[in-house]
Formats: sequence, structure tokens, C-alpha cells
Amino acid sequence: MAEQMEGDVIGGKKIQEKYLRDEMMPHIFCNGCGLGNVLDYVLWAVEKEGFDMDKTVFLSGIGCSSRIPGYIDADALHTTHGRALGFATGVKMANPELNVIVFTGDGDCIGIGGNHFIHAARRNLNITVIAVNNYIYGMTGGQVAPTTPEGHFGTTAPYGNIESPFDMSKMAIAAGATYVARWPVYRPNQPINSIREGLRNNGFSFIEMMSPCTTAYGRRNKFREIKDLWDFYIDNTILKEEYEMTMKFGSEEEKEAAKDKIIIGELHKISKKPLEDRYRDLVKELME
Amino acid sequence: MGEQKSLTIKGNMATALGAKLCRPNVVPAYPITPSTLFPEKMSEFIADGELDASMINVESEHSAMSACIGASATGARVVTASASQGVALMHEMLFIASGMRLPIVMAVGNRALSAPINIWCDHQDTIASRDSGWLQFYAENNQEGLDLMINAFRIAEDDRVLLPVMVGIDAFVLTHTIEGVDVPAQEDVDNFLPTYDPKQGTLNPKEPATFGSFAPPEFYQEFKQAQTQAIEDSRSVIDEVFDDYAERFGRQYNKVSTFECDDADIILLTMGSMSGTAREAVRKMRKDGKKVGLAKLTVFRPFPMPELKDILGDAKGVAVIERNISPGFGGAVFAELGATFVNEKDRPIMKNFITGLGGRDIFIENFEEMYQKTKDAVEASKVEEPVEWINMNEEVTR
Repeated sequence: MAEQMEGDVIGGKKIQEKYLRDEMMPHIFCNGCGLGNVLDYVLWAVEKEGFDMDKTVFLSGIGCSSRIPGYIDADALHTTHGRALGFATGVKMANPELNVIVFTGDGDCIGIGGNHFIHAARRNLNITVIAVNNYIYGMTGGQVAPTTPEGHFGTTAPYGNIESPFDMSKMAIAAGATYVARWPVYRPNQPINSIREGLRNNGFSFIEMMSPCTTAYGRRNKFREIKDLWDFYIDNTILKEEYEMTMKFGSEEEKEAAKDKIIIGELHKISKKPLEDRYRDLVKELME
Repeated sequence: MGEQKSLTIKGNMATALGAKLCRPNVVPAYPITPSTLFPEKMSEFIADGELDASMINVESEHSAMSACIGASATGARVVTASASQGVALMHEMLFIASGMRLPIVMAVGNRALSAPINIWCDHQDTIASRDSGWLQFYAENNQEGLDLMINAFRIAEDDRVLLPVMVGIDAFVLTHTIEGVDVPAQEDVDNFLPTYDPKQGTLNPKEPATFGSFAPPEFYQEFKQAQTQAIEDSRSVIDEVFDDYAERFGRQYNKVSTFECDDADIILLTMGSMSGTAREAVRKMRKDGKKVGLAKLTVFRPFPMPELKDILGDAKGVAVIERNISPGFGGAVFAELGATFVNEKDRPIMKNFITGLGGRDIFIENFEEMYQKTKDAVEASKVEEPVEWINMNEEVTR
């Protein structure tokens, strides 16, 4: 039963009471925003993995998702736009004993912070990145982001986006991340399991959460209700296993349809020594 | 002359409209609170066919300023907007823009710098860019924001100047506050601001030019001296352009504007939106018979030494009130004002007040307090505490 949701009570204590800062409530997230779900999933994963909060540091950059660490009763570094992974590299290399969890958004991670992102992944730093992708610059009010799908609208793309978007998870894999998963927020169990996998992985773990921004994105893109964005995820995603089966055994029509969909699931998992272990080994070797 | 249209608009809209009237060719921009409305409005103007320009949605402020530099080097008229961390991230590029003598204009929603994170008003962002070689103007209200943008292009592009200009409007106090603004007619701005016709060479395959290449010790200093000379030369150009603007549009700008300074014993020196409150404070104190005046810095770079000497020279005391802090010293204006008078035999007593950081409001009673402290120093003929912090939150500092 450990893998199942058990309501919001663990050992008679509500998970919120255990991990959240009461004085920070109410939170700033809009109705229908997925960030609350993401926070919940991460706390569940942390709880189930039995992480010691005194040895866990949460980091973030700038943006709505970067507000998350402020609500968690643990050490946190709230940094500058796009640079959380740079700061995280410092934290992890200075004290490899710490569990480092980074909250970032699509703009923060792959827009302004793209360079830090690919290099942290390339080095295979042993940290877990929770990248909340809402496909827009949400906090500043809906400007087009490097993840905004072609043709979708933003305040700086009033006639639709003409730029090709990044696929964050593919980028993570290409750059060298050793664990990559992508899930929409409407599925609770799989993301929690993936975050747990990520926390356990000895290397750079990247979990992309497709998360609705009703205020800045939905409103401008004819997703008039919260449900519309969830439906959009349901209609436009395909499980990795299903995608592979379709490509092997499906009809041409099914293959064509599958090609346009966003592949979700556990996308990448390899074993590779992380940077800080290699560094430690090298120092040890040279000292001997 | 066409009629000026009265609009009730936010500060960001005022700077955006000012920019639009100048018909920029390229607008590279990256959103940041509190300046975001600027790129949004520019993008709307372009999309609606009201402005013929290329909008570049870049991925960071560093890229925004890089794109500004590239576009400007081709001879395009370029405008952008930013604030706070954005201006800080541009820092490297600011020096490139001024070093290449590119007349880029940037609207800044003056906002505090992290850490801790704060999105509200102070002048730390542009003051930290003080030495970047940009001209710096600060607006008191939305009307000034619009007018200074138009003036900024004309000054920046003047052959005697050719330097970038930033126009500061205070975060939220102006950027998000709706005020009445008179907007000049397009044809009048067209007459005031000729098409940008760079004579210094541009990126043009027919007449190849190289920008920013290596300058060894034999040449570097001369480049910097020439650049510094240009900002010195901008002093008279600024006056000329401000006067021409006043003649055409009826609004006179000055590097330093004065209010009740003629017979004032104590003068408050301010910058940005606080000047409005300070003026009210002066009015109130004048009613009480206090001989107090207000000098408002509109132009911070080039620093108006001659004007300030003239205006403040006969006063007994000056209260330099600043929304910035250079830790380890005091306010930036205080330092420069001190240096302005350093070789003068007769000079006023000067007190520095740091206040209004990170959006802290500055009230009339705060100005009265600062007046009184300066007056006390004048009467005692000595300044025991040159730099004081005003309107502290006692609950936090206790």
C-alpha cells in the first residue's frame, strides 16, 4: 500500500502540518494552478523516502514555481532568475551530504537559466530538479516563453507564437541527466513515484510537471475553465509505453496521431557516477 | 502643431507611448516586474499595425541588451525596458552599448535589488549602473516619463553625444499608477526628432565597419576619454533639446528643477516620484514660515555640477534624500554633491538621508523631519551623523 495515496494523513499527522509553514498561508497561487499539486507530490515523495528535513535544502529561482520553497518548513535558498542550478551546484559541492531539491519553472529553467540547466545536467550533479512547465511566463502575466507551443497566444505574441518551443525533458536527456520523467499534474501517483525515483537516483534527476496556468495561459488560449486545460493534457499526451507500442504495431493513422503527442512517463533512466562522487574519487586517488 | 491628446494612463504606458512616438525600428525586450507592460504594449502596437518595428522576445535581459546592441549597430533606432535584476543582468552589456557609442534608449521601472527579493521602488538598479556610461534621467510623474523618452532619443542620437540613455520611472508609484498625461501628436514628434541617420558608420556590407574590436593599452584610454568627452558634451545638448521641447510642447525640463529655492535656507534635493511629496512638504513648511526649497534632479548622468553649485551654493543646508545606498559610504548623490562642492570655499552643510528603499513610502512628515535635522546641523554648524536612515520600521529594528 505504500505506493498508494492514503489521504492526506500520515501517522495521524497531516502532511501539511508536518512540512508547511503556517505563517506563510494563504499561498499566492491562483485557482486552478497546478503548483499546489506539485508541492503536495514532492512532500509525499520526501515523506515516503524518509528524508531528514534537517539535511534537505530546497532551492528556487524566480517565478511562481520558485515561490514553493517559501512554504516548506526547511532550509531554502530563493535565488535570482534562472540561476537556482548555479547556486545548487555550490550547495551540493560544498556539502554533498545534503539532499538538494530545486523547484524551477519553464522560463526559469530553460529560458533565462538554460545555460545553467544544460551544464548541471551535463555534470550529472546529484540533485533533483522539479521543473514545473506551464508553457508561459506566468508570474509576469503571460508573455510567450521558450516552451509556448507554436500558434499559442501570449501577451507578447498577440497573433500566436511563431517560434519553435523547447522540449525540456528531451533537453535534459540530451544534456546528460540520468533520470528524466514527465507527468501532467492531474495524475497524482505516477509523479510521486517518479519524484521518489528521482530522489533516490544518484545523479541529476529531472522531473517535468505539466502544470496548468489558468490565469496567464488558459485565459488567452481558449481554455476557459480549469477542466479545459486538464482535458488538453489528457488529449495531447501519450504514455511512453503506449507510444512505443503504437510505433511498433499501430496503423499508419495511429502512428501519425501519436507523433503529435507529448510523451509522458519515465522517459530516461541510466546509471552514472555523479560529479561530486567523481570529484571525491579523484581527490582520494591523488592523495594516495 | 497638432493637438496634444490627454490620456489617463499608467507610467509604463506613458514610456511605451513615448517610445512609440519615436518610431523605433527594433524592440528587443524581456518581461520583468514592474516594467512588463512596456514590452506588452510595444508588441500590441506592432501587432495592430500602429508601429512598424521588429519585436524580439528574447530569453533574458542579457540577451535583450545584446540584441539592442546588434540592432543599433546596424543603424536602427532601438528601445527596450527593464528593471532591477534585469538591469543588473544587463550590466555587462550596458558598457558595450556606451563603449560602441550606440544611442539605445531604455525605460527602467526603478526597483530594488535582491536579496531579499523585493519588487518595489528604489533607485538601486540604475544607480548601480551609474558608471556604465549611460545618460540617466529620472521622472517625477508619468508625464515626465513620456516626455523624457522622446527627449532621450533626440539627445542620444545627437552627433555630439551618441550615447545610450536610460529613463527611470519609479516602480509601482509610477509604473502602475494611472495619471493624466498629455501625448504629443505624431507629426510634431516627427518634426522634433529627425530620422536616425548615423554618420559614424554602421554594420553595412557596402561600407564595412568593426565595432568593439581589441584596443590595446596604446589606444584604450583615448577611447574612454572620447566617450567621457561625449557625455560632457551632452550637457549643452541636453539643455538645447529640453528648451526646444519646451518651445514645441510647452513643458520645460531642466537638469535640476527648483521650487521655492530663491530665498531658501534649507533645500531638499530629491530624485524621482518622491519629489511630488517633497513639494507638498515644502508648501506646508513654507506656510509655517520655514525658509525651505526643493531641488529635483532630473538628470543624474551627466551629473549637473554647475547647475547644482548655482542652485545650492547660497543655501545654508542641503538635505540629500536618496532611494539608494552605497554600503560603506552613503547615498550616491550625496557623494557626488560633496565632490561638486569640494573646492568651493562657501558651501552649504550637507546631510544625507537614506529612505524609501524597497518601496517604503516617504511621507510629508518624513520630509519635515529631514528638514529639521538639516536645520539643526546648520544651527550647530556641524554634522555629527552625515548619513541617516529615515522612516525605519521600529518593530523590525527593535
